[in-house]
Amino acid sequence: MKAKDITNQISKSALSLNLKKWDYGASFSNDYSVQVDKGIAKQLKASQKQVLTIRVWNNSNLVGITTTSDISEAGIQKALNQANIASEFGNKKEITDFSPLAKEPIDVQEVRKSNPVGIKNLLKVLREAELKLLDSHQAITSIPYNGLSESFYERIYANSDGAFRNYSKSQAALYLYARAEEKDKKPRSSGSVKLGYGVDDIDIESCIKEASNKTIAHLNYSAIRTDKYLICFSPEAFLTMINAFSSIFNARSIIDGVSLSNKNSIGEQLSNEGLNIYDDGLNENNIASAPFDGEGTPTKKLRLINKGKLENFLHSESTARIFKTIPTGHAGLGSKVSVSPDWLVVKRSDKCTTLNNSLIHCNYEGEYVYIEELNAIHAGVRASQGSFSLPFEGWLCNKGIKSSIESATVAGDIKYLLKNIVNIEMQEELTTNGISPHVWVNELSITGGA
Amino acid sequence: MLSSKIKYCDVEFGKCNKDLLEEVISYGISLGADFVEIFLENTENSNIIAEDDCITSVSPSFGKGGGIRIFKDKRDGFVCTNDLTKKGLMRSVSQAIEMLDISDKKNKELFRGINELKDYSASKKNWIEEIPTINEISEKLIQSTSLLNKNKIIVRKGSYSRNWQEVIIASSDGTYATDIRLHQTVGLNVIASDAQHRSNGSRRFGSSGMPNEFRFWDHEKAANEVYESSMNMLYADYVEAGQMPVVLANKFGGVIFHEACGHLLETTQIERGTTPFKDKLHQKIAHESVTAIDEGISTGSFGSLSVDDEGMEPEKSILIKDGVLKKFISDRAGELRTGHKRTGSGRRQNYSFAAASRMRNTYIAKGEYSKEELINSISDGLYCKSMGGGSVGATGQFNFAVEEGYIIKNGKLTKPVKGATLIGEAKEVMPKISMCGNDLELAPGFCGSISGSVNVTVGQPHIKVDSITVGGR
Repeated sequence: MKAKDITNQISKSALSLNLKKWDYGASFSNDYSVQVDKGIAKQLKASQKQVLTIRVWNNSNLVGITTTSDISEAGIQKALNQANIASEFGNKKEITDFSPLAKEPIDVQEVRKSNPVGIKNLLKVLREAELKLLDSHQAITSIPYNGLSESFYERIYANSDGAFRNYSKSQAALYLYARAEEKDKKPRSSGSVKLGYGVDDIDIESCIKEASNKTIAHLNYSAIRTDKYLICFSPEAFLTMINAFSSIFNARSIIDGVSLSNKNSIGEQLSNEGLNIYDDGLNENNIASAPFDGEGTPTKKLRLINKGKLENFLHSESTARIFKTIPTGHAGLGSKVSVSPDWLVVKRSDKCTTLNNSLIHCNYEGEYVYIEELNAIHAGVRASQGSFSLPFEGWLCNKGIKSSIESATVAGDIKYLLKNIVNIEMQEELTTNGISPHVWVNELSITGGA
Repeated sequence: MLSSKIKYCDVEFGKCNKDLLEEVISYGISLGADFVEIFLENTENSNIIAEDDCITSVSPSFGKGGGIRIFKDKRDGFVCTNDLTKKGLMRSVSQAIEMLDISDKKNKELFRGINELKDYSASKKNWIEEIPTINEISEKLIQSTSLLNKNKIIVRKGSYSRNWQEVIIASSDGTYATDIRLHQTVGLNVIASDAQHRSNGSRRFGSSGMPNEFRFWDHEKAANEVYESSMNMLYADYVEAGQMPVVLANKFGGVIFHEACGHLLETTQIERGTTPFKDKLHQKIAHESVTAIDEGISTGSFGSLSVDDEGMEPEKSILIKDGVLKKFISDRAGELRTGHKRTGSGRRQNYSFAAASRMRNTYIAKGEYSKEELINSISDGLYCKSMGGGSVGATGQFNFAVEEGYIIKNGKLTKPVKGATLIGEAKEVMPKISMCGNDLELAPGFCGSISGSVNVTVGQPHIKVDSITVGGR
């Protein structure tokens, strides 16, 4: 009812402004979250929010937009008015249109939903998790960052051409970030995040175990010598790196001149032929999957890198038109439509002969640095230049002995990194950001304090 | 269900809402709350982007919302909603009470009503009419990007952002205030390219409460600075990693103090047990040359405010005096849970966040040295002219990208270098700030933390750090 009412109201108000073409995206959400401090409830939070974004096309076919949380009749009228005014300043060089796929049937199974458990149950579950984590090791003195949340939301896309899509779903998240201290040593901190469609889906025990193991494992640290090292990226760290440089696959970034790729880059050998990368927003393991994007285009699986070669770009309606292809389901809804990946899946190519299969993180005896987690991505990545310099949590491994690294950064260039992949392990691992195996890279610079 | 007959707002912004607010607060107290706070917000925002020589995005947005916070003992429950009817606000109170599991009903007579309105908005009501029009902004942004239409510049972008926010704050201690806030920022970004070489240049400017400020923005100077910065860095080599002395430039160089030390002086960090300075009040935590201040009162500064989001007027807090820790930055929850008095620093991005102790205009006070004296004192080191972003981990380790850096050799600036990252820990670096320049300047920024993204000012004079880890290649 809510969605149909909004559509009818926009249709009616648009007519009064002589706006014949419009579309909108709306979201309605109810979120609940709790935090605890040694068993005591800290902040308990609930929110009910609504957001409506309307685009209009004026008589000159220029686009204007407005976003509001006021979904009353007056609010919608005002939003249309403002969008109409904004359309006078619409981008004449790159005109956006409806996605040609906005009315295509969506071929996905029903989106999974869970029922709310309520704040009191959230609190109970988190208290127990915090207590177990505190009890897991005497050096763990606090869980300074923790939270358990559940969200229920509905998303809608509709346009004046009759397209109408909506879905509703639920999501829950648990994060536990522990701090461990031992006498005469610096405090160490690490954690774990787990997602589910509802609280009942979350693997709480593994979140506790992972947070505890990661934190404790780093208690005996030492500084690392500044040098170049053979690197093994954990699945999580490698996905973080690829996501940070996803402008390589992004048609919007290419048009804007901020990508390392250009319109003719399809087919470019970016990496060892062992590397395949997909964007797979509909993957059954992606808790946050959405059946359509901000322009109503159905989400689909797209191969970005095939045997090391760049194979596809991510597109919105307008970038697809410029590149003479079809939208890929990766658009946001904005005055200038953004493009971004959904959920990356990294795979090793079949029958690859160019990889060094002896590099397996479980049993390799030579010296290498294991990068468990990359930090401060927003600060340390220059996507438009291809360079990175990032602090990380990790290990110096040699002859089977692992030493936690005190504080260090890894620096390099993404194109160099991709070209210097020397192994992609067989075993894939599921993370909150996607799926990837461990990936080995030759010779990256590490700055440490030794 | 959408209908013109259904009300979404009983709150009248710009008018007296005393009866309604008292009724809602009284309801919360009668249900057993120790303290009830209402934060209501009405916003009108706009973002404009110019790329190359045309406007590519004009994005207005507006809305209303409210946040209700209930305290019981030292716990708090927070509910936010877009439903600002009396019924909606009452429902939010009930929800917060239920979340906190409060069952000991009280006599609502314990609440004696809210005070007469403190109207900080009286002189600001015309701001929304005085700000530049879309036409004015567009014209100046395009002029700016056109000035950057030069050889080797492949991306030219100008952006303007305006946030107009009207707030009503009322709470069971009698607080009743209203205010209007206006923040405007304008930024220029370029990418320069030549063969395999690439560099970025960026500058951001911002003001608070000055509707005409954008009209006075010296866009020619800004364009020149951005261009020069990108060209200086275009052919720069990567810096060699190691421990070395550094000189950090004034203005945005202050981001390191903000991130690495300032956050550790917020009471939220004491509550979490994540600051090494928790028990260091009145002890030396920095070199004696360091005095640091956090305040919300400098006219026009991006982090200034007439009243914080909990209804308290901001004060000037001397955090560190001659190296000795003097004060923490505190909000209502911080005072309740840590005992440190509120400093008018309860801030939030918008109605959907509960306020928390946050910095405002935070800077290291000026010293006695010239920039040249700082550089001359170093034989081998790094001059960080322009800083990028950074972050601080849960154990206090920080890292910051250097956007524009130069090698110092025998007391002189030599070649530009890129790819540098400064790495360290506040408690180890603060005692190593041995010289402060006499050229304090401030720069606007956005700070993201527990209560969302808030407008802040960072600042410092040129400072010298005797030794720090520089990440590179």
